[in-house]
Amino acid sequence: MGKRIGMEVGIAAAEAVALCNIDVAAVYPITPQSHIAEHMADIIHDGRIDAEFITVESEHSSISACAGASAAGARVYTATSSQGLMLMHEILPIVSAMRLPVVMGNANRAISGPLNIWNDHTDIMPQRDSGWICMFAENGQEVIDMTIQSFKIAEHPDVMLPIVLNIDGFQLTHMIEPLEFPSQAQVNKFLPPRKPFVALHPDNPISMGCFNMPDIFAESMKVKETALRNSKKTIMKIWKEWGKMFGRHYKPVETYKAKGAKTLILTMGSMGETASVAVDEMRKKGASVGLVKMRLWRPLPIEELRATIKGAKTLIVMDRAISFGGAGGPVATDIKSYLYQDMSRPKVVNYIMGLGGRDVAVDDFIAMTEKATKKKEDTFEFYGVRE
Amino acid sequence: MTLVQNFEIFAPKLIDRKEYFSPGHRACQGCGEVLALRIILKALGDDVVISNATGCMEIISTAYPQTAWEVPYIHVAFENAAAVGSGVEAALKALRRKGRIPDRYVKSVAIAGDGGTADIGLQALSGAMERGHDLMFVCLDNEAYMNTGIQRSSETPFMAATTTSPAGKEIKGQRTGKKNVPEIMVAHGVPYVATACPSYPIDLVNKVKKAKAVKGPSYLHVFSMCPTGWRCASEITIKLGKLVVETGVFPLYEVENGKYRLTMEMPKKLRPVEDYLKHQGRFRHLSDDDIKMVQKKVDYEIKKLMDKVNGLKGWDEK
Repeated sequence: MGKRIGMEVGIAAAEAVALCNIDVAAVYPITPQSHIAEHMADIIHDGRIDAEFITVESEHSSISACAGASAAGARVYTATSSQGLMLMHEILPIVSAMRLPVVMGNANRAISGPLNIWNDHTDIMPQRDSGWICMFAENGQEVIDMTIQSFKIAEHPDVMLPIVLNIDGFQLTHMIEPLEFPSQAQVNKFLPPRKPFVALHPDNPISMGCFNMPDIFAESMKVKETALRNSKKTIMKIWKEWGKMFGRHYKPVETYKAKGAKTLILTMGSMGETASVAVDEMRKKGASVGLVKMRLWRPLPIEELRATIKGAKTLIVMDRAISFGGAGGPVATDIKSYLYQDMSRPKVVNYIMGLGGRDVAVDDFIAMTEKATKKKEDTFEFYGVRE
Repeated sequence: MTLVQNFEIFAPKLIDRKEYFSPGHRACQGCGEVLALRIILKALGDDVVISNATGCMEIISTAYPQTAWEVPYIHVAFENAAAVGSGVEAALKALRRKGRIPDRYVKSVAIAGDGGTADIGLQALSGAMERGHDLMFVCLDNEAYMNTGIQRSSETPFMAATTTSPAGKEIKGQRTGKKNVPEIMVAHGVPYVATACPSYPIDLVNKVKKAKAVKGPSYLHVFSMCPTGWRCASEITIKLGKLVVETGVFPLYEVENGKYRLTMEMPKKLRPVEDYLKHQGRFRHLSDDDIKMVQKKVDYEIKKLMDKVNGLKGWDEK
């Protein structure tokens, strides 16, 4: 193992981007992403990497500038959060449809209204259908690793898709953790400079972003769906390569004491750390409980998930967002719709919790688990709300 | 020697023979905007990357799998041509510096209509110009949202009828005048700002070349005649472009480092605005008194411009 240093995760995210030798960064500040933006500026203004730093006037322009820069063949990075991501919404599906590799860090934060700057997943869920690869990091080390991996995945000729890496706002971005950085030589070996399939240059004039008539639009959509679905293969291949090089192994669905457990808790993001402590506590008292952590949200790793939850009686899905007036949290809704066809499937209990920075402690996970195992039917409910 | 032979001898010296915008596109008959675009691309030459906003020029030229563009081209959305263009510029700069693309200068050029410039695109334009990108921005101004069916924009002239500023019984067309984007660009400290019109092709070519030569932001506001949206005959496009200048409705000028200069001398006595208005269905509802009001507004704008031409020194002048 290399040397570990204490560093704030947001700063570490920017340091990881610097290791990737990017060409262009376009960033607009927003809490709690701002430390990433500020540190990117420090790195580029100090000349530590040779890149252009575009201090755009809005997130709409940051993602647009990223699109232009990526189309011209550059390795590009942006970071945002909440309202910023919502402002980008219009451009996100265009970037994926044009197959432009862009890596974005999203410091997850609640969306207005009412205004709230704290952590949940309500910002990323409305972007779910944008055609981006969407991942969640659980801790600082994963933020470093997954940021570097993301460039390689996004730019891979079999993928060529944008990636959003979700980093829970404050609860992860502002934590100071012991972190290990790969050396520049190691990153250079893992991630050589980008070689674009095509790029905007007069030596090979191409037209990008042509509009589709009804006779071809559906085909474009099918291509996007196929590309996103197929990306899982390459993602796993690249994770394997990373594991070999650095000894830290990544899977689309991570587990903790899940094997043979009757009850499984499913989380995405930083919450997994607290949930794993709750699992230990419950295990001590003899409960058959395990933890499933979904790293990959799009493409949804349903095969891996099915294999993981096989035999469990209850699956408790922790959602940090809700589809108002719909079937509950987006994660549970997706999983339930897949499991509907399965002959034997666990009861799925869905909690909407941890909204707008509300703490979910070890005791809360224990309380939710005990309540869920007693339930008869698949349901969703808000947890811990004063009524 | 016939006129055509004359043209064969002299025209190539003034304008590139090579076409950068292929024929066979879907523009309307008599489209002044696509004529402007064709001339602009000829003046720009090969070493450019175009970032185009959604709009008429995008929709007539890029029905997948066809394209009319012979130069590298990207279209992302409506309001972000300047932002996309700034990303292209940053990438070209970084990649050239790092030796990943050939070591020669390639200009990033953003092109948008009046909506994509003065309305929905104004924020991205302001941002890009303020940041000082090496970006040339061209507004092809046909004075309304023609692509969606002739709705008013902030560039629609006073009293013109559009589908959202109709000539009603109470309100007779557009209630406001044109937003002065060139002036807004000058206020940003953009070193080269100019207005142009494809009825004056050599003037347009010269201005494009000047704008391209600026190593920094530059802005070109190009009057683009639209027979479809203006309800007029398609064969009078060029004539309209001349009349709009001769009446002083759209004066041709350039602003270099803050110094205003007319590029088409203003005659001592301008033609009355009626000469320009009378050919167009969008002004059909105007009474004699209305025309007087338009004339008054044009006179006022001309005075404002001439004050700047005669009174303002350039930023670098003592």
